[in-house]
Amino acid sequence: MKKTVDARGLDCPLPVIEAKKALQNTEGVLEVIVDNEIALQNLEKMAKQMALSYELKTVSADQHVITIMVDGPQEAGQESPSSAGQGDKTVVVISANEMGAGDPELGKILMKSFVYALTELPQLPSKVLLYNGGVKLAVEGSDSLADLKKLAEQGVEILSCGTCLDFYQLKSELGVGSVTNMYEIAQSQMEATKVIRP
Amino acid sequence: MGFEHADDAAVYQLTEDLAIVQTLDFFPPMVEDPYLFGQIAAANSLSDIYAMGAEPKTALNIVCFPAKMDVEILGQVLRGGSEKVVEAGAVLAGGHSITDVDVKYGLSVTGIVHPKQVYTNRGARPGDVLILTKPLGVGIVCTAERVGEASPQAMEQAVKSMTTLNKYAAEIIRKFPVHASTDVTGFAFLGHLHEMLGEVSAVVYTEQIPHIPEALEYAAEFLITGAAQRNRNHLANYLDFGSNVEFAMEELLLDPQTSGGLLVSVPRAVGEELVAELSKLDLPAAIVGEIVERKAKEIMVR
Repeated sequence: MKKTVDARGLDCPLPVIEAKKALQNTEGVLEVIVDNEIALQNLEKMAKQMALSYELKTVSADQHVITIMVDGPQEAGQESPSSAGQGDKTVVVISANEMGAGDPELGKILMKSFVYALTELPQLPSKVLLYNGGVKLAVEGSDSLADLKKLAEQGVEILSCGTCLDFYQLKSELGVGSVTNMYEIAQSQMEATKVIRP
Repeated sequence: MGFEHADDAAVYQLTEDLAIVQTLDFFPPMVEDPYLFGQIAAANSLSDIYAMGAEPKTALNIVCFPAKMDVEILGQVLRGGSEKVVEAGAVLAGGHSITDVDVKYGLSVTGIVHPKQVYTNRGARPGDVLILTKPLGVGIVCTAERVGEASPQAMEQAVKSMTTLNKYAAEIIRKFPVHASTDVTGFAFLGHLHEMLGEVSAVVYTEQIPHIPEALEYAAEFLITGAAQRNRNHLANYLDFGSNVEFAMEELLLDPQTSGGLLVSVPRAVGEELVAELSKLDLPAAIVGEIVERKAKEIMVR
């Protein structure tokens, strides 16, 4: 089934509001026509936020069309199949940028491969908590940044201790996830079904 | 001041210890009530003077009004405007009106300042903190109101913020060392912050941004504006949004503000004290970020 909303002549936010209304009772494809590119970009943001797939087409300077696939793959979970299950709250706690005690150089290599290994696990943790030296893994220039980003994209929460970022003066360098506090660090571990400490 | 940088108003030095600051701003109504619209438009026009560290002295009305509309409405707009000019301690010295299809109102304001005490939007240094003196989100709330989605509480907060003169915040700020200053209006928080940067970069702490709570809800419901998207397009190359920053927060930071707050860059050592002083006023003020050495991206939103 295809539905069309002609929102030409309407100012933002009305095209988006009309589209949102139409989405509620559309199955199949929704086509929205607008007369300016800014409105098209706002519709694109909406589709993106709602995780709907879409196509954009500019017919002429005052005719732009977004085609939104309503029964697209978003329900089927195009998200990673490996995200931790609802009940399972495995939390990985990383408190240093080295793994194990011994040679620091080796410790760093081990930590890098540990974080990489996490990304390859069939069952991902629900959270990775980083504190003290651990926050150094989540900042720009870290060897593990790409792997942590990969985890974040798959729905793993990456939380770095704010006090620690401040202490090492790395707050502006944080490249992945969000900043957390000791309360959340404690609570996450209390609620965890498993806590993994490399 | 020269034209290389986009400052908030024109400054002309008359003598060694006196300069005039001139500004002009007018726009169509963003609220239904004509009296409130007059107050908001005037507070907005006066704001540039405060952003430059100056004191408003005279103001002239600029009015566009439809010939067919009830002139009593115009009376209410002008009453709202003149009350704010009086509150600012300036004199309303006249004005000019023309007939037009839509209502528009604003003021041209002239202020004075010591030439050495002019604040510009250049001069922020690494180690500074950024302080914002009003909540963000008035654009989103007014947009929601236009389509009947805004709660009375949200609208009340927006109106209170928009009708509040930046005079009171400016009087406090003047007692502190200021490296750079601007006011947040049409280019949104991030757009006006961008004008402060260039040689330096900034980190914005989203969890500390004062805002009207409902504005985030409305943005998440896509009550979003074309102007915010234009700001987004304009700033695309300068911004780096952290993965923790939600869509609604991005929209809030890109939301055009009417009569928004002052945004100042001050040495970290005085930041807390300045916020404590500002917090004695009615509106929420906070440290919203810091200035850092120049980085690949100009503004890192975290």
